[in-house]
Amino acid sequence: MKEIVVISGKGGTGKTSVTASLAVLGGESLVVADCDVDAANLHLLLTPEVQYREDFYSGKEAEINPLICTDCGICADVCHYGAILKPIDTGQWIIDKNLCEGCGYCSHVCPASAITLSSAYSGEWFRSKTRTGGLMVHAELAAGADNSGKLVARVKNEARKSAKEAGADYVLVDGSPGIGCPVISSLSGAAFVILVTEPTKSALHDLRRVYEIVRKFSISAGCVINKADLNPEVENEILGFLQEENIPLLGTIPYDSVFSEAMTAGMTIVEYSRGEITRRVEGIWEQLLREVSSR
Amino acid sequence: MNIAIASGKGGTGKTTVSVNLTSYLCRKQPAVLVDLDVEEPNAGLFLETEVVSKTITYKQIPVWNQASCTSCGFCARVCEFNAVIQIKDDILIFPELCHSCGACVGLCPANALVMESKEMGVITHSRDDNLEFVESRLNPGEEQAVPQIRETKSYLARNFNDSMLCIMDAPPGTSCPVVEVIRDADVVLFVAEPTPFGLHDLQLAVKAARSLGKEPAVIINRVGIGNEDTEKFCREQSLRVIARIPNDREIARSYSDGKLLFQEFPSVRSAMESIKGYLDESEKRFSTNQPKANQPKDRQEINP
Repeated sequence: MKEIVVISGKGGTGKTSVTASLAVLGGESLVVADCDVDAANLHLLLTPEVQYREDFYSGKEAEINPLICTDCGICADVCHYGAILKPIDTGQWIIDKNLCEGCGYCSHVCPASAITLSSAYSGEWFRSKTRTGGLMVHAELAAGADNSGKLVARVKNEARKSAKEAGADYVLVDGSPGIGCPVISSLSGAAFVILVTEPTKSALHDLRRVYEIVRKFSISAGCVINKADLNPEVENEILGFLQEENIPLLGTIPYDSVFSEAMTAGMTIVEYSRGEITRRVEGIWEQLLREVSSR
Repeated sequence: MNIAIASGKGGTGKTTVSVNLTSYLCRKQPAVLVDLDVEEPNAGLFLETEVVSKTITYKQIPVWNQASCTSCGFCARVCEFNAVIQIKDDILIFPELCHSCGACVGLCPANALVMESKEMGVITHSRDDNLEFVESRLNPGEEQAVPQIRETKSYLARNFNDSMLCIMDAPPGTSCPVVEVIRDADVVLFVAEPTPFGLHDLQLAVKAARSLGKEPAVIINRVGIGNEDTEKFCREQSLRVIARIPNDREIARSYSDGKLLFQEFPSVRSAMESIKGYLDESEKRFSTNQPKANQPKDRQEINP
């Protein structure tokens, strides 16, 4: 079983729409995992029917018991995040949950043992069946929650398990934008990376940065250029970069209103359109299979 | 006044609004644009500014001194992030997992760990006439955006006074890096797309902002694609839509070349005018009405 991860660096290049179409084309040969847990969108196209759900707790949260607190303030002195405050109105030490990172330093130094650490609720994850019959693992991060990297790791693990049980060949992962912890977490254990980009200066800049991470992990990659005819000069720059880095082009998708029309209809491109754009996506899937099996 | 420009979904036009708004405002008044999308900062691609200074940012990472270590393993037990691990008599430290809390260093009974600085990113300050541009860039391979954002905020506090108009281009998403940016903002603006993805992520972003006690206003970009659901959501939630930018292939083309849009496209220009109107209104409210909500300096703790 091989893991294929779709990332982009820049947001809004069409990562999720491409992933959803590939998931439909792959059918039962794959389990799809939505690891963009911050702003998960894949379920809007694949309308999964949830079969199993579980709360996700990760990291800790500190709390001060005001009845035991002796007002010594040592906790606030050691806290590196400035999360322990004494508001003028109440005169009692409290922990600002938005600032606390759950390191527990305060609980170790409190002479009165007034501070307790408990597991923090960070969201939930689901195992589902998609509208087209495939398996899907996805999650929802609690608003403003920390630890998205850990939830990504959990979703991937569950997807691997499901793939093994179902005898699927691939886990297809929809990653998040950026280069930080959720992206790095989604790359661990990947056999192949699909870089979805578009011919804009911003997307090329972001592609270069995210590829630096992919290269550090020594993972093979292929590229999809979306909105391909928008800017031929920047497209050439992207092709030059791919050549330099020896990244195969899996295919291009023209700038087409079908892309957002399909999304608005709540469908994947390959279900919504019978036109050129669908043939392109089918070509990308075939090229992807060739690349992945040759490695 | 701090203005955060954010969005749940990536690629909705956050940076486009930030750079065009700042450039538009700068024709009349000084303003600072801060690129806090530290993982993928690209506001700079649209600006021609001259670099004034570059500041390397550091995070604090524990370093093990084997000679003083008694191998008690307390450091590894207190670390909640699995960044400190004991294997027999050796202590291993994983800097990319470390949250710089200092617990292992402070609690080590043998003083065998010390904090040392490790390079994390760079803050580049540049200028063009009225426009100050501060770009914050995380080194690839660094996992945590939040410490880099914090360092940048303290750079801003050192270099600009409170009355300066400060426009912050936030990272996408709804988790810790975004929270770090909008937490101290006086005005939160979300750039949304009228598509199912755009709406879904706007809903999450609004929830996150409201949990911080912020009431955001919305700018809808690419009007014409998708459906009416985003407008409907804003009406139902009493979210003020302060500007709309139409979907236009020519705008997308101009953007792809890294160009500013408000001079070329009247629709973008009028959107910037509307946003400015909203900011003027907000500024009046802040200066006359109330103390700034949720600003750390206003809930000063009494230190015993």
